[in-house]
Order: sequence, then structure tokens, then C-alpha cells
Amino acid sequence: MFANEVKERIFAFTLLKIITNFMAKSALLKSSLAKKYWMAFTGLFLCLFLVGHLAGNLQLLATGEGARDQFNEYALFMTTNPIVRVLSIVTFASILFHVIDGIVLTVNNRKARPQGYASFKPATNSKWSSRNMGVLGTVILAFIVIHLINFWGEMKFGGLDDTVYQTANGETVKDLYTLTIRTFQDAEMGLIWAIIYLISMIAIGFHLYHGFGSGFQSLGVNHPKYNNFVRKTGVAFSIIVPLLFAIIPFYIYFVLEKI
Amino acid sequence: MNLTLKIWRQKDATSKGAIQTYQLEGVEPDMSFLEMLDVLNQELIDKGEEPVVFDHDCREGICGTCSLQINGEPHGPDRGVTTCQLHMRMFKDGDTITIEPFRAKAFPVIKDLVVDRSSFERIQQAGGYVSVNTSGNTQDANSIPIAKDKADAAFYAATCIGCGACVAACKNASAMLFTSAKVSQMALLPQGEVEADRRVLAMVEQMDKEGFGNCTNTGACEIECPKGISLENIARMNREYLRASVK
Repeated sequence: MFANEVKERIFAFTLLKIITNFMAKSALLKSSLAKKYWMAFTGLFLCLFLVGHLAGNLQLLATGEGARDQFNEYALFMTTNPIVRVLSIVTFASILFHVIDGIVLTVNNRKARPQGYASFKPATNSKWSSRNMGVLGTVILAFIVIHLINFWGEMKFGGLDDTVYQTANGETVKDLYTLTIRTFQDAEMGLIWAIIYLISMIAIGFHLYHGFGSGFQSLGVNHPKYNNFVRKTGVAFSIIVPLLFAIIPFYIYFVLEKI
Repeated sequence: MNLTLKIWRQKDATSKGAIQTYQLEGVEPDMSFLEMLDVLNQELIDKGEEPVVFDHDCREGICGTCSLQINGEPHGPDRGVTTCQLHMRMFKDGDTITIEPFRAKAFPVIKDLVVDRSSFERIQQAGGYVSVNTSGNTQDANSIPIAKDKADAAFYAATCIGCGACVAACKNASAMLFTSAKVSQMALLPQGEVEADRRVLAMVEQMDKEGFGNCTNTGACEIECPKGISLENIARMNREYLRASVK
């Protein structure tokens, strides 16, 4: 277990080093526009990740005997399939890149106006979400850390013997289903977790509300023929995806049979 | 109309400035904003005080010289106008109006409300031109057919007067609306297409060098632009730059 942890840490550290070196030197990152492309590209990729993640999570709404088996087999597939492994590494890298690129851009943007205005009324010409992507992003990053500790960390490093699970073909795997249900049905913390998750999903919603369309604009996709479609898809995406995510913890707490 | 004016006063580029308050009486609603400042300055001169320095030239909304951040918005609360076209009827008797220079690292204050916008000129000089010899061998305009939609888009981009309101309005002090308008007006036309790659790379490089911020697509620039330059131009610049940099 210890060796694994060290390996993971070395991996994360190396990844961070590669990314920061790349960001400092590469011509594909030097200019302001290149930074925008990467922000858009990683952001839109993470939108795809959200869809996949949501599709998996919605299985938690299932009831009855088969629900646990189905979810755990899905979890086993997600942790062992080589393509999913690669995708998960790309997802982690995208999050890291999106965060670092965002910080670099924010620092540059602050430097571009050393003396602020005594009177500044941005609400008259732009939307709140578009001006607070950094704040929303920070909330989302904090959520990702909490979320990873809650589940990914427990799966990876947690030694919860009572949530070990035997699959149909006799393999012993960790019972992510039970862990998830217990987390959100916990007498003390269940509802608090659900509320924390709800707040985070609201932040993701606002982040997506601006980010989805902004990503297309940054990559140069702006055409009268498609703008309406991109805008409407973005609005729908930013409402539906976070809403479905947010329903799950409340469903588990209030509706699902206690285990 | 009686007004309270809070105006940024700064002796020169190196001095530290501050907001000073002035009372101005008898302002006519039909005055332009600059005429109101003229009245204030005449009063200051009569009292033996230093008048407020501000930029202006044509006073008909086409030169791009007048600036001013008025009550937190470039060129004031009206839309599609420059400060010289802003009228005092947009304000009410007894209003307090805050007047500041456009703020950006790339727009250093020279004095009071006047900022140095030559960073825009250096962006233009980096590539915002067409290198064709036009002396003595000019072709007939109709010999190069141009699609109407392209000609229109190029024309609308070319209506940018380089006033800097986009930079002033942007929370990141980004100059991407200006730069993209100048890139677009040329890239859209056959005469400018030849140098399109070199142009966009050079102009963006210069824009970054000047210390402008990065666009985060808030759209504030498009709303505040006195000429209504569209965000489509920024997307076009993004495309042009992407294409040019992978070539």
C-alpha cells in the first residue's frame, strides 16, 4: 500500500513538472492566444468527461438487488480497463493544466491593470459568471479535492474491510456502491455532504454557463449559423448536467432505502 | 442642472494622482459631455486654477481621440457613442459623476484624464497594413470581385476608431477586440489575405509585448465599443492565429 502511494506521488510530481516546463518553454503556450486555446481545449474535454462521469453516476439511482452488483461491476471496469485508465490520466492532466493555465492568465490579467478604477460598473456590460470564472474554478477545485478524498482516496488507499465485495466470478473488489450510499446516508454527515455537493454543482453550473460557449469562441468557432446552437447547448448543458449530479446525493439521503 | 464632479487629477506621468471634487452649476441638458468639461475648465481658468486636461479632437464621434471612464463605463452610460456624443441629458440634476482616465498598464496616464494610447499604434505598425504599391498603378476597384458579406464584415471591422474603450471596459484590460478588428479588416479582403499569417502573428506578439491582458470572453468590450465592433472579430483572430501558428 505504501509503495503504491509513493508511486502515485512521484507520478503526480513528475506530471506537474512536465506541465510547468512545457508551459514555460513551449511556443504553443507562449502567446496569450495559445493560452486561451489550451484553456478552451482542456475545458471542453472536461465537459465530455462530465458526461461520462454523469452516465456512470446515474446508475446510483437504480434500486433493488441488482443495483449494487451493477454499480460495482461498472466501478471495476472503470478502474481496470486500459482505455479508461488512459482517459483518467488525461482527465487529471487536463484539470491540472486548466488550473495552472487559469492561474497564469489571471496573474497576467491582474498585471495588465495595476491601477484600478474608483468607479467600475462591469455589471452593465457583462454577466456575473463570465467575470468570476476564477472564483468559481477555485470552488470547483476545492470540491474536486473533497470528492477525491471521499471516494477515489477511499477506493485507492482506504482500508475499509467491511466494504470489500465479492463479484459474481469470485473476485474481491472494494464495494464502491456501499461506500457511496453510506457516505450520503450517514446520520451526521450525509445531508451536509449532499449540501456541499449541491453548492459545488451550482458553481460548476455557472462555470459551464460561461465556459462552454467561451471555449468555442476561444477556438474560433463563431459563426451566425451555429452561434445560436452553441449558445443553447451551453445553457442546457450548464443546467442539466450539474442538476442531475446534484440530485444523486439527495436521492440517496431521502429516497433510497437505508443500508 | 447642478452636478458634483469627481475627477481624477494627476500632474504628470510620474506623479501620484487623486480624485478631486468639483461643483458645477447651470449645465444644459443639450450640452455634450465635453462641452460640460469646457464649462468647468473656463470656471477653473477664471479662478486661476489649472484646467482639467482631457483628450478630444473631431467632436463628432469619428476620430477616436476622446476617452474617459465615466461612472465606471468607457464613454459613459450611453451605448454606441463616444464621449463627445454623450449628452448631459443622460444625467439627472444633482448627480455625482466620476470621471477617470482609461486604466491599463499599456495606457499610462500622461496628465489628468489623458492617457498614452501609442501602444495601439505599435500594434498597427507590427502588421496592420497591406504592402502593395499604390502609386500610379492602382487597379480599378471592380476588377477584384469581393463577396458582399465579406466586404460588409471587413467594413464593420474597419469602423474601429482605436479609442481604447474595449481595453478600458475589459476587466483584464485586454486589447483583443481592437487587435482583432484590425486583423479582420485586412484578412477578409483579397488584398490583405496575402500577408494574413505574418500579420496576425506579428500583431498578437506586439499586443502581448505591450502588456495588455487576455480575453476571457466577458463581452464587455463589444457592449461598450462606440462602433459596436463584434466579438466575431476576436473569434476570427483566434482562427487566423491558430492557422498561422501551425503552418
